[in-house]
Amino acid sequence: MRLLRRNPDSTTAGPGAQDRPLGEREPAQSEPSAQRRQTGQDPDSPEPAAGASAVAGPEKRAPGTSSAGAVAVKLEGLRAFYGSAEQLKGVDLDFPANEVTAIIGPSGCGKSTLIRCINRMHEEIPGARAEGRVLLEGADVYGPGVDVVAVRRAIGMVFQKPNPFPTMSIFDNVAAGLRLSSRSRHDLPAKVESALRGAGLWDEVSDRLDQPGAGLSGGQQQRLCIARSLAVDPEVILMDEPCSALDPIATLKIEELIDVLKQHVSIVIVTHNMQQAARVADRTAFMLDGRLVEVGATQQIFTTPADTRTEEYVTGKFG
Amino acid sequence: MSAQSASPSTLERFAVSSARRRRDRVARGSILAATALALIPLVLIVYYLLEKGLGSWSTGFFTTDPTGNTFFKTSSIGGIKSAILGTIEIVALASAIAVPVGVGVALWLVEYGRGSVFAQLVRFFVDVLTGVPSIVFGLFIYIVLIVGTGGTYAGYKGSLALSLLMLPVVIRSAEVVLQLVPSALRESALALGAPRWKVIARVVLPTALPGMVTGVLLAVARGAGETAPLLFTAAYTHLTTFNLGSFMNSLPVQIYNDVTSPTTAVVNRAWGAALTLVVMILLLNIVARLISRRSRVA
Repeated sequence: MRLLRRNPDSTTAGPGAQDRPLGEREPAQSEPSAQRRQTGQDPDSPEPAAGASAVAGPEKRAPGTSSAGAVAVKLEGLRAFYGSAEQLKGVDLDFPANEVTAIIGPSGCGKSTLIRCINRMHEEIPGARAEGRVLLEGADVYGPGVDVVAVRRAIGMVFQKPNPFPTMSIFDNVAAGLRLSSRSRHDLPAKVESALRGAGLWDEVSDRLDQPGAGLSGGQQQRLCIARSLAVDPEVILMDEPCSALDPIATLKIEELIDVLKQHVSIVIVTHNMQQAARVADRTAFMLDGRLVEVGATQQIFTTPADTRTEEYVTGKFG
Repeated sequence: MSAQSASPSTLERFAVSSARRRRDRVARGSILAATALALIPLVLIVYYLLEKGLGSWSTGFFTTDPTGNTFFKTSSIGGIKSAILGTIEIVALASAIAVPVGVGVALWLVEYGRGSVFAQLVRFFVDVLTGVPSIVFGLFIYIVLIVGTGGTYAGYKGSLALSLLMLPVVIRSAEVVLQLVPSALRESALALGAPRWKVIARVVLPTALPGMVTGVLLAVARGAGETAPLLFTAAYTHLTTFNLGSFMNSLPVQIYNDVTSPTTAVVNRAWGAALTLVVMILLLNIVARLISRRSRVA
């Protein structure tokens, strides 16, 4: 599975690269046939090959540096509204590439809204809108001419409740992403297998791929959903309390999986469970009342938080 | 509480009072009476249909057209072949019109219109249409397509009147089922990078399909039993025809005509036709039930 799209040798990011629409990112190295089609809305998009801009980002990395330390997603002044109610009140936050960032905070603080803004799912709710910038490797997903469908192909999402498609078999559930997003359908079985292996589910389901996905246990269903989003080959996976409906053993499996997955994708996980954040996250962000209070290395947030509100929350004084 | 602690005083404390027992009996009794009362006409209808209808059933009953002869006992009055086929043709065309349009409207209401003012307006008019008497649809088609154009009665005009009648039923039932599809499914499909039309075509519709089939079949069953919209749109004829542009017979209209005849044999044919119609609709309902049992939503 080649989910890694960042080419360490790519140093040709032009000065204007960060303003480019999302569609002009470099096609996946492993599947040149599956060149992204999101350039369709941009009349003067260059040839896909003109890319090599995959690493273009506002972080201005020095030429030759490896992808470590790169920023996968950068939020700039992100505000989100439900009707006239402001749920996110201006959040600036970087999500480093190939790291797990946990977002913690009390209920209603805007954690879920925040990650739903990253892949533009927020606007699916009637009356909801977002302001500010969400830069995916330098390209603003809210920029003009950006195809929202393309954004969601690049940024996968796993929801709180496992929700495999009830009419589809295990195989079809995983293949759904590829079929629904009109990606290359070439070699579907291999891609499904690779996604299921990536989600640690292959050994459990390989002999019953034609069975309904809804027949799996809750934890297996959630890993099926992870496999489903992996199959589309995203760069970032957003997880909205992925374990809150699961038992501790299934939770453990998902957490182990997250640890493996981060080699290939950047992960943002919203969680109510602070132990979980401590276990899986490299960095942790604490939110309160629609604002980012503090972000830092997980160890630091839980042991020596800079803000007293963070300290009160992680020590269980409120929330 | 252990058995030992259940002293007589405790039993007394938790005993049901006689007043409440009486109220319970009265309430149960009246509910049962209401059920029995409702069953009386239903059972009688089925009984009379079988009693009077079965007698006129024969092979010839289903394979010959009515002859129009109602006076001479020596020659046959014919069967109801043209009525059965006419009903099937008219209802099939009506369904072919009402189902795609109705499902389309329901999809728009649920997936796109949602709470918009126009959607509210559409819902309101659909509700109004549901309550419109069936004869009004017949009159509407009669005035527009027969009086208005100076044309003749025709099978397709009956289909149009029936489709108007079925449309609100299809819309409402499809809308309800589409709303039952969990929004989490739509969201996860959207989050995979699926365009909205694909989410609808590949995830929402398949999930809702069994329920929608049920609703559609119920609408078809309702349309099949209507007389009023067909009386002055498709009219009455004896002959079997597969030309939807010509006069066309149908079971309800055949029953309507036969039952007013002074000849006993013809009236009995009406009973036979009525039983046929009920059996056809019953079969449709059974199919609908079987399909909805496999429903994946709700």
